[in-house]
Amino acid sequence: MHLEVFAEGNSFFHSLDPRVKILVFIPFAILCAISKGIIIPLLYFMLSLIFILIAKPNLKVFLNRLAGANFFILFIWIFIPLSYKSNPYISLGFLKLSYKGLEYALSITLKCNAIIFATIALLSTSTIFSLAHAMLHLKFPSKLVTIFFLFYRYITVMHEEYIKIKRAVLARGFKPGTNLHTYRTYAYIVGALLIKSFERSEEIYKAMLARGFKGFFPLFEHFKLKKLDVAFAIFANFIVISIYLLGIYK
Amino acid sequence: MEKTLIKLENISFGYNSFPVLKNINFELKFGEKVGLIGPNGSGKTTFLYIIMGFLKPVSGKVFIFGRERKKDKDFLEVRQKLGLLFQDSDSQLFCPTVKEDIAFGPLNLGKSRNEAKEIVKNIAKVFNIEHLLDRPIYKLSGGEKKIVALATVFAMNPVCYLLDEPSSGLDEDTRNKLIKFLKNHVKTCLIVSHDRKFLKETVNKIYILKNKKVSLYQVF
Repeated sequence: MHLEVFAEGNSFFHSLDPRVKILVFIPFAILCAISKGIIIPLLYFMLSLIFILIAKPNLKVFLNRLAGANFFILFIWIFIPLSYKSNPYISLGFLKLSYKGLEYALSITLKCNAIIFATIALLSTSTIFSLAHAMLHLKFPSKLVTIFFLFYRYITVMHEEYIKIKRAVLARGFKPGTNLHTYRTYAYIVGALLIKSFERSEEIYKAMLARGFKGFFPLFEHFKLKKLDVAFAIFANFIVISIYLLGIYK
Repeated sequence: MEKTLIKLENISFGYNSFPVLKNINFELKFGEKVGLIGPNGSGKTTFLYIIMGFLKPVSGKVFIFGRERKKDKDFLEVRQKLGLLFQDSDSQLFCPTVKEDIAFGPLNLGKSRNEAKEIVKNIAKVFNIEHLLDRPIYKLSGGEKKIVALATVFAMNPVCYLLDEPSSGLDEDTRNKLIKFLKNHVKTCLIVSHDRKFLKETVNKIYILKNKKVSLYQVF
């Protein structure tokens, strides 16, 4: 499985220091999430849109990811306007849509998409490995970073195992049908997936121990902070914070 | 006249624009026993996966049993009639016990439970793994897994065997048994191996896969 599609490319963001990107992303995500109303989230959304335009991700993959995330937001649009208790409302037959609820749903949608855009533009443009390293440099707890990194690593392992089992099943002429043989086979696939992934992880752990693993990844490559990185960090954080302050003192 | 079983026409394949095979032409007739050698990473396994339809070539045509195979659906027949041994036996086995894994292929071919049981018994005798039948797969040693993987392929009694490094990890005895079996019971096969001695005893000619091309290397 190829999860790091966006990490390939050579936009401005790809060349930025991952530490700087994390330091811009965290204030952005937090301040965007706690902002209220429509205007401020809209400003954040526009800022993240600019980020995306700079990062120039593969459009097809990008839209695909957006569709996945926005599917869940669809439910918010169904439930909040119908269940929000406030006046005034629009009535559609026996349904009552609250204005306040609609506004709330729109606000959530904007915030969600702004953060997704920013994640893709800022974080996805680095490989997971360099993000993990950047987190270590920024003094994140090393256990947390190790968990984060291995978690990502094992999604790929499990997917690989799944593909292998699928091939094994197909190679012996399996044809799904409505019968016990089919259900049993599916159950075996799930069972084998669990056992094999577990075994594989044990093996990898042994391989890591055999090479002197002590519970954390040592840093091998060091990042070099360029002037441009610092300038971007200051400029981007300035905008992110200004938008938030604008919301408070408006 | 010999009939053609597998025919690849101008097949090209690459992983993420990294070319592996380039305009390959290959033919395997019924009754032919062929070996395939080549340096590590030259695309031997990829070659087998294209025949089985796991990987779709970038360009070119795959003919198996005289029909062009394009979609997954076309490959169902191919998969039921060709027996593929994976290079890594862990990729091959997925059922809880050895017995069930061997029976899986025959059951897919539409055999009844009793027939499948009979096949399991016979195959176990041939490979001398009767004592392993009730063992869970994950408790087998590396070599045992290889034998069981071989057994699962032979249990399907395929028209043609595609074996990816069948001799690696086997002890002398099992290796000889495998050679004997391939000599006496197998009519058509394509064996990928680095083991020249093994190939010399089991196949009639050897192809080499090198620099993205397949060419005839040696005829015995």
